[in-house]
Amino acid sequence: MDRLDGNAIAGSLVDVFGRDMTTAIGTCGQCGRVSPFAELAVYLLSPGVVARCPQCDHLLIVIVNRRGTACVDLSGFAALEEPPMAVQ
Amino acid sequence: MERTALPRRLTWQVGKTVQLVTETPQVKSISLDLPHWPGHRPGQHVDLRLTAEDGYQAERSYSIASSPEDEHVVLTVERLEDGEVSPYLVDELRSGDELELRGPIGGYFIWDESLGGPLLLVAGGSGLVPFRSMWRHRRAVQSKVPVRLLCSARSLPLLLYRDELTQIAEDGVDVSVTLTRETPEGWRGYRGRIDQGLLAKVSWPPEEHPLVYVCGPTAFVESAADALVALGHDPSRIRTERFGGTGT
Repeated sequence: MDRLDGNAIAGSLVDVFGRDMTTAIGTCGQCGRVSPFAELAVYLLSPGVVARCPQCDHLLIVIVNRRGTACVDLSGFAALEEPPMAVQ
Repeated sequence: MERTALPRRLTWQVGKTVQLVTETPQVKSISLDLPHWPGHRPGQHVDLRLTAEDGYQAERSYSIASSPEDEHVVLTVERLEDGEVSPYLVDELRSGDELELRGPIGGYFIWDESLGGPLLLVAGGSGLVPFRSMWRHRRAVQSKVPVRLLCSARSLPLLLYRDELTQIAEDGVDVSVTLTRETPEGWRGYRGRIDQGLLAKVSWPPEEHPLVYVCGPTAFVESAADALVALGHDPSRIRTERFGGTGT
């Protein structure tokens, strides 16, 4: 399974959040690393995607698509900051 | 005025292939006519979707190789041997064929004139694609931002955009090329993989606070980004994009 990064799920994140989220900043709930979504370790797994902390591998984002509905789990984060509005 | 921007939905649109350019035996650039294209920023990508006759769909992301100022949106696609999408795009697609895509996508791995510099671009293999959009934009807006570009390819015939690299070097972009597998006779560029020593030689000194972009296969990006941080570059000024897939 190829490890990618958060840029690879930018489109799926727009589907869920209605805006670009690659510049959103997340704090890992396990090790406390602060990373833009674009820098997370991402794995594309049909029928969804998984993003992990690039430092400690903690599970941060799970998006699963079922019959046109996206189920999203962000509970691995300790904190989330919205991206700045400057882009797009 | 935060929160006033309306969410922009990504909708699928159909583009018509207007030109195909063979960059290397495995890589083609596809020019598309997209009547509903909203414009993009250099470094962004598109999601492209193929639908089989039985309804099966496969979706992949491809970086945009054209600048916002170019007439057509151009995607440069490398054929991956076990790919579901790229073999069709490289081997089967013909001028006039339609493609379904959505975009532009991504707000992180982007550069335009407003972000300034100096700029260091580090590419492994087809990681060069989003940088083509950036250097074309820089030329189109007559930006004076100084740029150093370091690219790695397995051999000279596999280096993308060779003629254009020569041209931008004449336009003032500092271009360095390293070849990792084969070098032609009389080769005056670098040899071997991009490592800390080579980055120290061709990068801006960390004291100049360059804005750094690294793009390529995952292992390539990891090692280049780690080396840049070890050299003293500010991690918050290093932006990375990983393609996964093949080596350099």
